[in-house]
Amino acid sequence: MTEASLELCLVLLLLVPLAIAGLSLVNGGLGRSHSSAHAMLSSLCVVSVAAIFYLFVGAGLMGYADEPGYGVTIARHGWNWFGSENFFLHHLDAGHAQSALTGALELFAVAMAALIPLSAGADRWRLGASSVSTALLASLLYPLFGHWVWGGGWLAQLGAQHGMGRGFLDMSGAGTVQAVGGISALAVTWLLGPRRNKYLKSGMATAIPGHNIVIVLFGCALMLPGWMALNAAGAMLFYQVPVGLVPLIAVNTLLCGAGSLLAALGLTRWRFGKPDASLCANGWVGGLVASSAAAAWISPLSALLTGLVAGVLIIYTVEFLELKFFVDDPAGAVSVHAVTGIWGLLSAGIFARDAVAGQMLAQLVGVATLLGCVLPLTYLVNWCAQCVYRYRIDDDGERLGIDLHELGAGAYPEFVVHGDEFIQR
Amino acid sequence: MRVAGLLLMLSGWVIVLTAVALLSSQTSRTAFLVCGLGVEVLGLIVCLRFSVREEGRQR
Repeated sequence: MTEASLELCLVLLLLVPLAIAGLSLVNGGLGRSHSSAHAMLSSLCVVSVAAIFYLFVGAGLMGYADEPGYGVTIARHGWNWFGSENFFLHHLDAGHAQSALTGALELFAVAMAALIPLSAGADRWRLGASSVSTALLASLLYPLFGHWVWGGGWLAQLGAQHGMGRGFLDMSGAGTVQAVGGISALAVTWLLGPRRNKYLKSGMATAIPGHNIVIVLFGCALMLPGWMALNAAGAMLFYQVPVGLVPLIAVNTLLCGAGSLLAALGLTRWRFGKPDASLCANGWVGGLVASSAAAAWISPLSALLTGLVAGVLIIYTVEFLELKFFVDDPAGAVSVHAVTGIWGLLSAGIFARDAVAGQMLAQLVGVATLLGCVLPLTYLVNWCAQCVYRYRIDDDGERLGIDLHELGAGAYPEFVVHGDEFIQR
Repeated sequence: MRVAGLLLMLSGWVIVLTAVALLSSQTSRTAFLVCGLGVEVLGLIVCLRFSVREEGRQR
C-alpha cells in the first residue's frame, strides 16, 4: 500500500469508534429505563474486556494474512486453521504500518462484535457475566473465525485451493463481526431465557418498548460515518481495494442503509397503520450490516436492492423469533446482525461484479461454517461459563431493576420507576 | 433436545467440509453443500422448537 493509502486508512480508522458509540446508544435506548445505566456501563466494560483479551490472547490466534498458520493437508490441499502469532502482545510490530493498522481495525471490530450480544441480554444479564462472555468471544470465537476469513485461513483460501471464486469474501465483517456477534446473541438469549413477564401464561408476548427512542435514532445517525469508515478501511486493509473505490463504498453503504430503512418503514406502515420507529432503526442498522459484506464490489443499484431485502427480512424475523420461537431479544440483535449479516454474505455471491465461477459456493461454505461451527461452539463455551458463573440476575433484582440491583442507583433518579408495570394482574 | 439440534448443525458442517475436501466436481460439491446446509437448518429448527417447549414448561 502507498503512504497516501495508509494515511487515509488511519483517518478512517479513527472514525470507526463512532459506529461503536452508535451501537451502544441503540442498545441503551432500546432497553428499559431501569436498566439503561447498566446497559451503558456494560457497553464500556465489554469494549474494555474485548480489547484487553483480544490483544493478549485473540490476536495471536487470529494472525495475519501473509503470515504462516497452523494447519493440515488433506487430499493435497492445505487447510489453515489457526494463526501462529505470539501471545501477550509480542505479535505487535510497530515498524510495519499496514499490519499495525490491520491489528487496530481488528481490535475495533472485536469491540463491535462484543457489543451485539449485550443488547440481546438487556435487563437481565449480569455485568460480570457479560464480561466473562466477552472474554471468551474476544479470545477464542472471533479470532478463530476471523483467522479463517481475514488471517489467510481455509475460508480465504477456498478460491486458490479449491477453485471456488476468489475465496470467501467478507469485506468488513458482515460475517466475521456482525454474524458472529448475532449468533452469540442467539446463544445468550437461549441461556438467559426471556425477561420476567415477557410472555403471559397464554403464550402471548407482552410489548416492552424501548425507553428512549431519541437516543436510539441518534445512535443510528452516529453509526453512518463510522460504518462508512469501517467498510472503507476493511476493504483497503483486508482486500487491498484501491483508494479510488472509497467513494463507491461510502455511497453503497448509505444506499444499503437507506433501502433497508425505507423497506422497514413502508412495511410497518402497511402492516400496522403507522411506521414503527424502533423497527425502522433496526432496519437502518441492518442495512449497514448487510453493506459490510461487499460494498466495494457491487453496483449502487445492487446495494439498494440488498438494503431493501435486508429491511424486509428484519421485520419478519424479529416478529417470527419473538412470537413463534420465544426468543426475547429486546434490540432485535439476532435479526439485525445475524440474519442480515448472512444475507449480506449471500448478496456478495449474487451481485459481486467480475464474479469468478464458484463464488456463490464459497459464500455458502462460509455461511454453513457460521451456522454449523460457530453457533454450537458459542453455545458450548457460554454454557460452560454459565455453569461456573451465573449469567442471569435473580428474580428480586429483575423486579427491582438491574440498575438499582447491580449499581445501586438508577439512570434517572428523579423519575419514579414503576417496577411492576408489566406484572400480570 | 437443544443438544441434539446443535449436534445436527455440527453434522451439517462436517458434510460441507467433507464435500469441499474430497469432491472435485462442481455439481456434486454443490449438491452435498446444499444437503449440509439443509441439515444445519434442520438443527436450527430443532433448537428453536425446543426453546418453545422449554418456555411453555416455565409458564
